[in-house]
Amino acid sequence: MEPKVNNWEFCEKPEIVIHETDVLLIGGGMSCCGAAYEADRWASPEGIRVTMVDKAATDRSGAVAMGLSAINTYLGDNSPEDYVRYVRNDLMGITREDLTFDLGRVVDDSVHLFEDWGLPIWKKDEEGKSLDGAHAQREEIPSLRDGGAPVRSGRWQIMINGESYKVIVAEAAKLALENNRKATGVDQNHFERVFIVKLLLDKDDPKKIAGAVGFSVREHKIYVFKCKTAMLGTGGAVNVFKTRSTAEGQGRAWFPVWNSGSNYAMAAESGAEMTMMENRFVPARFKDGYGPVGAWFLLFKAKATNALGEDYCATNLEESRKLYGKYVDSLGTCMRNHMMMIDMKAGKGPIKIHTDVAMQELSKTMSKKEIKHLESEAWEDFLDMTIAQAGVWAANNMEPDKVPSELMPSEPYLLGSHAGCAGLWTSGPEDFGPEEYSWGYNRMTTINGLFTAGDGVGASGHKFSSGSHAEGRIAGKSMTSYFLDTKGEDVAYAEDPEELAKEIYMPMETYGKYSDYTTDPNINPNYIRPAMMQQRLQKVMDEYVGGVGTWYMTSKTMLEEGFNYLVMVKEDSHHMAAENLHELLRAWENFHRILAGEAHARHIHFREETRYPGYYYRGDFLAIDDENWKCFVNSTYDKVTGEWNVFKREYHQLVP
Amino acid sequence: MPSFVITEKCDGCQGQDKTACMYICPHDLMALKEVVDKETNEVKMKGVNQEPVQCWECYNCVKICPQQAISIRCYADFAPLGGEVIPMLGSDSIMWTVKFRNGNLKRFKFPVRTVEAGNVDIRSGVGEASADISRIKDPGFYTHHANGSALPTPS
Repeated sequence: MEPKVNNWEFCEKPEIVIHETDVLLIGGGMSCCGAAYEADRWASPEGIRVTMVDKAATDRSGAVAMGLSAINTYLGDNSPEDYVRYVRNDLMGITREDLTFDLGRVVDDSVHLFEDWGLPIWKKDEEGKSLDGAHAQREEIPSLRDGGAPVRSGRWQIMINGESYKVIVAEAAKLALENNRKATGVDQNHFERVFIVKLLLDKDDPKKIAGAVGFSVREHKIYVFKCKTAMLGTGGAVNVFKTRSTAEGQGRAWFPVWNSGSNYAMAAESGAEMTMMENRFVPARFKDGYGPVGAWFLLFKAKATNALGEDYCATNLEESRKLYGKYVDSLGTCMRNHMMMIDMKAGKGPIKIHTDVAMQELSKTMSKKEIKHLESEAWEDFLDMTIAQAGVWAANNMEPDKVPSELMPSEPYLLGSHAGCAGLWTSGPEDFGPEEYSWGYNRMTTINGLFTAGDGVGASGHKFSSGSHAEGRIAGKSMTSYFLDTKGEDVAYAEDPEELAKEIYMPMETYGKYSDYTTDPNINPNYIRPAMMQQRLQKVMDEYVGGVGTWYMTSKTMLEEGFNYLVMVKEDSHHMAAENLHELLRAWENFHRILAGEAHARHIHFREETRYPGYYYRGDFLAIDDENWKCFVNSTYDKVTGEWNVFKREYHQLVP
Repeated sequence: MPSFVITEKCDGCQGQDKTACMYICPHDLMALKEVVDKETNEVKMKGVNQEPVQCWECYNCVKICPQQAISIRCYADFAPLGGEVIPMLGSDSIMWTVKFRNGNLKRFKFPVRTVEAGNVDIRSGVGEASADISRIKDPGFYTHHANGSALPTPS
């Protein structure tokens, strides 16, 4: 096909707005809100300008947009050493222990702030009974900081009334940004509905950040941000793989569907080193609705079994040990998936979680009022964070305290904050850790001045919402430090904003030029619409890179066949057409999804073992191979040649 | 289809400074479209979910709508018709009504915040401290420096 060109003949040229700042925060979720809060304290008194750019409305952007029913990382009396052991264990023996320890030692501070700002946190009263956050405050139970006892659903998790969690955290971030505006005399430093699509590097030093460019999804405007330092806080990648649901249910991914792999794609395009992109997360959740199981397993002590009533994690233990040795006993998230899938593939499904039995067991010693409270707590777990699950039950006339529910492993997601560790290779803390892991600024990538946090930081999972906020704060402070140290350096991006505008709006020009050629603008030989592009990517990823269609199975030969198709997916992405700004948003999200998916496939191809059974399998290397692969797999991407350079990095154990 | 807008109830947020559902949807799904009133032939702007297949069912449009004109019809590829979950978000709590396919109802009420919206004070309590710029290279947040807590390193 002829390459597409944009001469502004078929779409109106947008206004180009150039905005100069010092510290640029890309995204608006927990990480960026944390970064804005901490950066304000350090940067504002120094007159350093901080700007946040969010593709949505910050009150309800990011993975916490719907709310949450628990904060999954609160150490309390636990040591950071034990936190490292827990994360390492769940991530099958490989984690950046410096990053994990560093996070573990500071994360509680963010949780204490959330409580100050009005997030209701469940507490235990003197008799050990659980009270919701508002009730606990009325009873004058001390805050967490002052020794109040949280209601733990697990060793690391605490229960909250989290419907407005993100709204509260966003309010604090917006106040911090307002404070920065006042201190620096800047009119505007918080942009909503502006989608950043590319990072800009310095014209003289392509290993240094100089800015970022994106577009408004509300007005015809291109935004070019010039900065000294930037943070990518744009979440993980969802809808890269074919979904289990079909048609309108495709949006019901477990992770938010707006996480489009932007963090990984923009970093890779800039030449930043990626790490553990082979890793993925496949959550086993309530079937279809993908409602949370954590509280049911940990707080309400529900058990899951196959259709014969067997505990699959017991009956499949010895069989699993043959391939996965000592890793079986750790019973990490992927290993539990693996044993569940053995039974599903053997036709011993459906797998059910016996919520009914758990509730009846708990109610035995309770008064009527207490039982009512318990039922309410169980429903809140869903209504606070996965409302659709309550909808699925209502539609099926199911009450979880009366009947069990089916469990199902979802389609794969790429992320670095939950039980997964895909992301960027970043510098560790300044005060400890191996030299190889530290190049001056905490959470800085291998591009000078480019930082990341949350889902963006690889090789260190299990941060969740609080950890992402805290990691954003670490980065926000580091960025200020970097800015002060490089104050005298001139930074200027190489690109011409006029050319960037042409490239960004290309899908609009393409639509304008060709859409009248056919009577149905959806079916046109000259272009592909973003929604179809996404389906194409999902099908390739599903069939060749180990999606649900192959029970997460792939191999060298399957991946290499898939690469051939991915080449053409990438070529065709330059023929996407967008009718309006909304579709232009989708087009650019899909550019990002494609590159994130490619990174994932390239990394799986390189790692010749099955490190994460239950997440994905290399059929040609089904076992874990510690001798050759107890290491990180890292990569860099060359956007000019399209080549990936994939290599090993040593894993250093810091905590015995 | 996830979120849908009831034609009769939606006034396109004419009297508001912004269209609430469009403002809040994290995935840019809500838009305004022209709807012709069948009786008067009058053209009015009303909200619509322009891309239901990308709806996460996060209910943020439902919660924010000043007219209570938006609801969710559960994803029809796996949920039978007839169930409904209805939130009523207040200033300090949320009321939920869960309507089952068979007509049964459940109601729940949960707190959402203990500090009123707009009253968050990032300078209160431990937040009143200032950062000591000479310690910017030291590990920890400004709060750790202010309250003198030493951060551990791996033993």
